[in-house]
Amino acid sequence: MALKMVKGSIDRMFDKNLQDLVRGIRNHKEDEAKYISQCIDEIKQELKQDNIAVKANAVCKLTYLQMLGYDISWAAFNIIEVMSASKFTFKRIGYLAASQCFHEGTDVIMLTTNQIRKDLSSPNQYDTGVALTGLSCFVTPDLARDLANDIMTLMSHTKPYIRKKAVLIMYKVFLKYPESLRPAFPRLKEKLEDPDPGVQSAAVNVICELARRNPKNYLSLAPLFFKLMTSSTNNWVLIKIIKLFGALTPLEPRLGKKLIEPLTNLIHSTSAMSLLYECVNTVIAVLISLSSGMPNHSASIQLCVQKLRILIEDSDQNLKYLGLLAMSKILKTHPKSVQSHKDLILQCLDDKDESIRLRALDLLYGMVSKKNLMEIVKKLMIHVDKAEGTTYRDELLTKIIDICSQSNYQYITNFEWYISILVELTRLEGTRHGHLIAAQMLDVAIRVKAIRKFAVSQMAMLLDNAHLIASNTQRNGICEVLYAAAWICGEFSEHLEESNQTLEAMLRPKVTTLPGHIQAVYVQNMVKLYASILQQKEQSGEKEAAQEITQLMVDRLPQFVQSADLEVQERASCILQLIKYIQKLQIKEVPVAEEVIALFAGELNPVAPKAQKKVPVPEGLDLDAWINAPPSDSESEDEKPKTIFHDEEQRHSRHRQPEIDEEELARRREVRKQEQANNPFYIKSSPSPQKQYQDTPGVEHIPVVQIDLSVPLKVPGMPMSDQYVKLEEERRHKQKLEKDKKKKKQKKEKKGKHRRHNSLHTESDEDIAPAQHVDIITEEMPENALPSDEDDKDPNDPYKALDIDLDKPLADSEKLPVQRHRNAENLKSPDTEAPLVGKKSKKPKKKEKKHKEKEREKEKKKEKEKKVTEEGKKGEDLDFWLSTAPPPSSITQTQSEPEGSTVLAEPEENEDAKKEEQEEDNDEGKKSSKHRKKKHKKEKEEKSKDKKKSKKKHHHSEEEPAESVQNGTLDDEPLPPMSSYCLLAENSYVKMTYDIQGNLQNDSQVTVSVIFENKSASFLKSMELNVLDSLNAKMLRPEGSSVHDGIPVPFQLPPGISNEAQFVFTLQSIVMAQKLKGTLSFIVKNDEGSTHEKLDFKLHFSCASYLITTPCYSDAFAKLLESGDLHMSSIKVDGISISFQHLLAKICFYHHFSVVERVDSCASMYSRSIQGHHVCLLVKKGENSVSVDGKCNDSTLLSNLLDEMKETLSKC
Amino acid sequence: MGLGGSCAGWLMQAPCWLGGDFSLSEDTQQQIIRETFHLVSKRDENVCNFLEGGLLIGGSDNKLIYRHYATLYFVFCVDSSESELGILDLIQVFVETLDKCFENVCELDLIFHVDKVHNILAEMVMGGMVLETNMNEIVTQIDAQNKLEKSEAGLAGAPARAVSAVKNMNLPEIPRNINIGDISIKVPNLPSFK
Repeated sequence: MALKMVKGSIDRMFDKNLQDLVRGIRNHKEDEAKYISQCIDEIKQELKQDNIAVKANAVCKLTYLQMLGYDISWAAFNIIEVMSASKFTFKRIGYLAASQCFHEGTDVIMLTTNQIRKDLSSPNQYDTGVALTGLSCFVTPDLARDLANDIMTLMSHTKPYIRKKAVLIMYKVFLKYPESLRPAFPRLKEKLEDPDPGVQSAAVNVICELARRNPKNYLSLAPLFFKLMTSSTNNWVLIKIIKLFGALTPLEPRLGKKLIEPLTNLIHSTSAMSLLYECVNTVIAVLISLSSGMPNHSASIQLCVQKLRILIEDSDQNLKYLGLLAMSKILKTHPKSVQSHKDLILQCLDDKDESIRLRALDLLYGMVSKKNLMEIVKKLMIHVDKAEGTTYRDELLTKIIDICSQSNYQYITNFEWYISILVELTRLEGTRHGHLIAAQMLDVAIRVKAIRKFAVSQMAMLLDNAHLIASNTQRNGICEVLYAAAWICGEFSEHLEESNQTLEAMLRPKVTTLPGHIQAVYVQNMVKLYASILQQKEQSGEKEAAQEITQLMVDRLPQFVQSADLEVQERASCILQLIKYIQKLQIKEVPVAEEVIALFAGELNPVAPKAQKKVPVPEGLDLDAWINAPPSDSESEDEKPKTIFHDEEQRHSRHRQPEIDEEELARRREVRKQEQANNPFYIKSSPSPQKQYQDTPGVEHIPVVQIDLSVPLKVPGMPMSDQYVKLEEERRHKQKLEKDKKKKKQKKEKKGKHRRHNSLHTESDEDIAPAQHVDIITEEMPENALPSDEDDKDPNDPYKALDIDLDKPLADSEKLPVQRHRNAENLKSPDTEAPLVGKKSKKPKKKEKKHKEKEREKEKKKEKEKKVTEEGKKGEDLDFWLSTAPPPSSITQTQSEPEGSTVLAEPEENEDAKKEEQEEDNDEGKKSSKHRKKKHKKEKEEKSKDKKKSKKKHHHSEEEPAESVQNGTLDDEPLPPMSSYCLLAENSYVKMTYDIQGNLQNDSQVTVSVIFENKSASFLKSMELNVLDSLNAKMLRPEGSSVHDGIPVPFQLPPGISNEAQFVFTLQSIVMAQKLKGTLSFIVKNDEGSTHEKLDFKLHFSCASYLITTPCYSDAFAKLLESGDLHMSSIKVDGISISFQHLLAKICFYHHFSVVERVDSCASMYSRSIQGHHVCLLVKKGENSVSVDGKCNDSTLLSNLLDEMKETLSKC
Repeated sequence: MGLGGSCAGWLMQAPCWLGGDFSLSEDTQQQIIRETFHLVSKRDENVCNFLEGGLLIGGSDNKLIYRHYATLYFVFCVDSSESELGILDLIQVFVETLDKCFENVCELDLIFHVDKVHNILAEMVMGGMVLETNMNEIVTQIDAQNKLEKSEAGLAGAPARAVSAVKNMNLPEIPRNINIGDISIKVPNLPSFK
C-alpha cells in the first residue's frame, strides 16, 4: 500500500502542477486558447484517475483556469470528491475550487451537506475553518437550513479561530434562511462581549450588517454598543459601531443627544483619519435627526465643517474626496454652514481628479440661491466649454439642469436667462442629454406662461439653424432639442413673429434626415403653424398669400409621405390630404381658417408624471371583473377570453373609414368633449377658478407679462446668457436703490421704529424680485389622488426577510432544524428535485417540531414567563437609558462620566440573567441533537455513499465530449425520404397538402403553405380559401375584409398543374394543438361550361408546428437545464424498430428539433417555440423502446408536444 | 455583506478574480475585471483611490477602492457599510501579509501561487466580510496551515517537491531575483490604524 502511494507520487511529479500551467500559459501567448484546451483535456484525464493527489492537482489547475474566465462547472463533482479528501492539503484545494465556482444553480451542491457537516465537526480546527470559508461563498437556502444548527454550535467553540468564522458566516445563513435569525440571535449578542477581539469584531460586523438593513429591530442593543464604543480600542470595531449608530439615530433622537458628547471627544482625540471621518459622519447623521429644535448644536456643526474643511484642503486626494462626500450630507440640513465654503468647493471644480470634481458638483446643487445661481451657472458653463471627456461634460450638463430646475425652479429669477442657457447648451457636441434639454424647454415653455413669447422666438431661431444642430450624425443626442423646438413653435404659434419663415425652416428637405419621432413632431406642428398663418392671412384678407402657403405645404409635404418611419408617413399622408382638401375649398373661396384652427383649439395643461397612477379606483369598480361573461364557445375552450376586446378593437380600426370630413370631425370632437365632461374617470382640469380659465382656448387669458424695460425682449443673434447676468445685476441694483428710497421714506415717516431692521442691510433671497411675474403652473393631479408614495419600495429586497423582531420571546416552533433522514431522501434525484426541495421540505419539518414541542411543553412555559417579564424590563431599560441623558445644553464631561457607569451596570445584570438561561437552552439543544446524530449517522452515511457512487457513474458517462456528435450527422446511413406536407383535403378536382411553419419575425404568427394540385382535366379558377376563425387562431385577412371573407388564391390552375399558396394565421396561445374548419371554393371550367365547387377541410395546427428549429450549443443547453424554471415530463414508447439515427432524424424533421449532443444511444435535443418557450428533450433508446424526457417552460405545451411525438414514434 | 461584491483582484499582467460571493458567470467576471482594469489603469498617480459604482459592480451603493503598487493594482469593491479609509488600510494589511508570507513578495510570486494568495485572502475576508485585520494573527494562522500541509505531505511529497525545484531551476524565464522594488512595502504616510 505504502509502495503504491510512493509510486503514485513519483508518477505524479511528471504531471503538470499549477506552476507549470501558469508558466505554460505565459509561454503560449499567441495560441493561449489552444494551449488551455489541451491542458483541460489533460486535466480531464487526470480527474479520471483514482489517486486523490492527482485529482487535487487537477482541481487546483482548474481553479486557476476559472479565474482566467473558463467555465469549470462541469467538474463540480470532482471538486466535491477533492473536498471530501481526508488530507487538509487536498481539502483546502477542493473548498477553494468550490468557493470559486459553486453557486445556487449548481445541482451537485446538495451532495456536500454531509461532507460539510463532517468537516465542521472535525477535530482539526483548520478543516473546520476551511469548510466555513468555503461555505460562506456558496451557501444555499438548503445548506443554510440544514447546517444552521451545526454552525450555531461552533459559535461557542473553544478556539477563537473557529468562533470568529462561525459568527461571521451566520450572516450568510440568516440571509439564506431568515428563520434562523431569532433562535441564533441571543448567542450572537453574547459574542459581542467575547474575550477574543477577533470574535468580538466579527459579531459587531454581523450585527451592524443586520442593523443597517432593518435598524429599528436593533435599537435595544444601543446601550450595549454604547458601552463597546466607550471601551473598545479596536478601530475596526469602533468604525463599525459608529457607522451603526449613524443608522440608528434617525429612529431615536434621544440616542443622538447621548452620542454627541463621546463622538466629539473622539473627533478631538483620535489620530486615525478613518475613525475621525466616520465620527464626523455620524455626528452629521445625529445633527440631521435633531435638525429641528436643537439650537445648541451649532458648535458641533461648526466642528464638523471645520474638520471637513481640513480634509478637503489636504493634499491627499482621498481625504479631499471624502471631505466633499461628507460635506454634501451636511448640506441637506444645514446649507448655510456649507455655503460659507463656496470658494473651496468651486476650487475643487478645477481639480484634475474627476471623482473630486463630481463630488464638488453635487455640493453645488445645494449651494445655489437666487442670488448666486447665475454666477455659479456661468462658472459651470465655462467648465462645460473646457471639459475634455464627454462623460464629465454630460455630468456638468445634467448638473446645470438639476441646479436650475430644482424645487420647481425656485432659484430662477429670470427665465429668459434660463432659456438662453438651454439654447447655449444645444451647441454641445456629442452629448447624450439632448432629451434632457428638450424636456426642460418644454417644461418651462408650458409652465411659465410669461416666457412663451421669448421661448418661441428662441425656438424659431433653433429651427432656423437646425442644420447646425443636426448636421453631424454623431451629434445625434442633441437633435432631440429640435423635437422641443418644433413643438413649442407649433403649439404657441400665436407668439411667432415670422411664422412663414419658421414654417419654411420646418419644411426643408434636410429635415427628413432627422430621427423619425422628431420628424413626426415636425409634421404635426407644421400644421398648427400652418393653421395660425392661414388664420392670420384670412383675417387680413390676403387670399393669395393664404393660397401660397397652402401650395407650399402641398409641395413640400410629399417628402414626409415617403418617409420610412411609419408614424411620419401616416401623419404626413393624413395631413397632405387635409391640406389638399383645404386647397380645394380655398379655390372655391370658402373661408376655412376658423375650422382649421379649431383642429388645435384648447390648451394643453401640464400633467404630473404620476397623475395617471394616482387616479383612485372608484368604489364599486372591480377592474378584474368580467364586463361581459366569458363566452363558452365549444370550439375554443382553450383560449383566453380576455383577448376578445383586443381583437374587437383591431377590427374596428380596420373598418374605419379612412377619410372623414371636417364637419364630422368637429361634430365628433364635440361629442367626445361632452362625453369626457360627463365621464367621472376622465382626468379633467381641477375645478379651481384659476384652472378653469386656462381651459378656455384663446390668447387673451395669458397674463400680461411685466417685463423689466432694462431687459431687451430679443437678444440679437443667438442669445448669450452672459448678457443676462449683467442685466440682472443692473436690475437688482436698481431694485435695491428703489427699495432703499422707499425705506428712507418710511424711515422719515416712522422715525426710529424700524432702525434696527434697516441697519441690518443684507440682501437676502427674498429681497430679489423676479424679473418677470412668473406664474409657474403646477402640474395637474387627479382631484382625489392618493397621497401615499408607495412605489419606491422594492418588493424583492433580499434583506426584507430579515426584518424580524428580535425582542419577542422565542416561540416553540422557532428551533433550528436538527438533522434528519430527510437529507438522505433529498439525494435521490438531485437533477430534478433541486428546485423543489426548498418548498417541499418545510412541511415535514413542522411535524417534527410539533413532536418536539410536546416533549418540552412544560419547561417552555416556565421559560416563556421568565422571558416575558424580562422583555418588559428591557424595553424600560432602553427608555431609562435614553431618558437619563442630561439635557444637551448642560453636557459636561464631569457630569456624563458617572452617568455612563450606572448605565453600563444596568444592562450587564440583565445580560447575566439571560446568559444563564441561554446556556440551559443550548445544552438541551446540544444533547438532543447529539443524540439524534448518533442514531442516524451510520445509516445516512451509507446511503449517501451509495448515492455518490451512482452519481459518479452517471456523470462519467455523460462526460465524453470526444465521442459526442453534433446534430447527428456522423452516421452515413441514408435517411428515408420524408415530407413535411400532409394531406389537407382531396376530391376529384383538387388535392390540397399543407405544411405549417412558425414565423421567426412575429411571435404569434404561423405560415401555412398549401399546395393545390389540379387533378382534373378542367381549368380551376377563382379559388378562394376561407377558414372559420376561432378565438385563438385567426386567418390574417387583407385590410378591410370581414371575418367571413375568404382569401383568394393568387393563381389559377390549368389541368394537372400544382402550385403553392401561403396563408398567415395569428395565434394567441400556442400551448395546445388547434383545429380550424375551412372551405375551398372554386370554379371548374371546361368545355361544357363552369360549375361552382366546394371542398371542406380541417386545418390541424399541431404543437410541433409552433416550434422553430433552433440550434443550441451544449453549454447553453446545460445552463438552460440548470436554470430550474422548466417543467418536466416524459414518455416511453415501446416496439421501436428503426435505428436511433433515423429516430432522431424523424424528431428533427417532424417536430422541428435540433440535436444538441449525441452520445451512443442517447441524445439531447432542443427547440424553441415562436413565443420563446424553450423545449429540451433527452431521448434515450433501449432495446426496442424509446424514452423521451422533456423540459419546457410551459407544462401544457410540453405534454402536448410529447403526445404528438408519441404518435410519431409509435408509427415507427 | 461588507465588501459588497468583494471582488478583489490584482490586475495588470495577470488579471485575476479573487473571490466574489455573488454567482456571476465567468464571462461577467472577466468583463468586470476588464472594465475595472480599464478604469483604474488610466487614472493618474495622485488622484483619489475611490471610484464610484457603475452598473457593472452593482449600482451606486458600491465603490471601487484600489491601491497601486508598481505594476499591481489591488482593487476591492465595497458597499456603503465599509469605511473607505478602512478598506485602504485593509489593502495595505493584505499586501504586507503577502510580503511576509512570501518573504519579499514580487509580482511573479503572486502569479505562480494564486492558490496561496487565495488562502491568505481567505483569512482576511470571508464571504465578502472582513474577518481579520490583525496581520500577526493572519500570518500565524497561515504558517500553522502550511506546517500542517508539510506534515501531511511528509515523505511522499518530497520527490515531487524536488522535481518541481529542478523544473524551476532549469527554466531561465523565471527570473528568481527580480523583485519589483516598490512591492516591498513602504508605508506612505498613512496614519497608524491599529
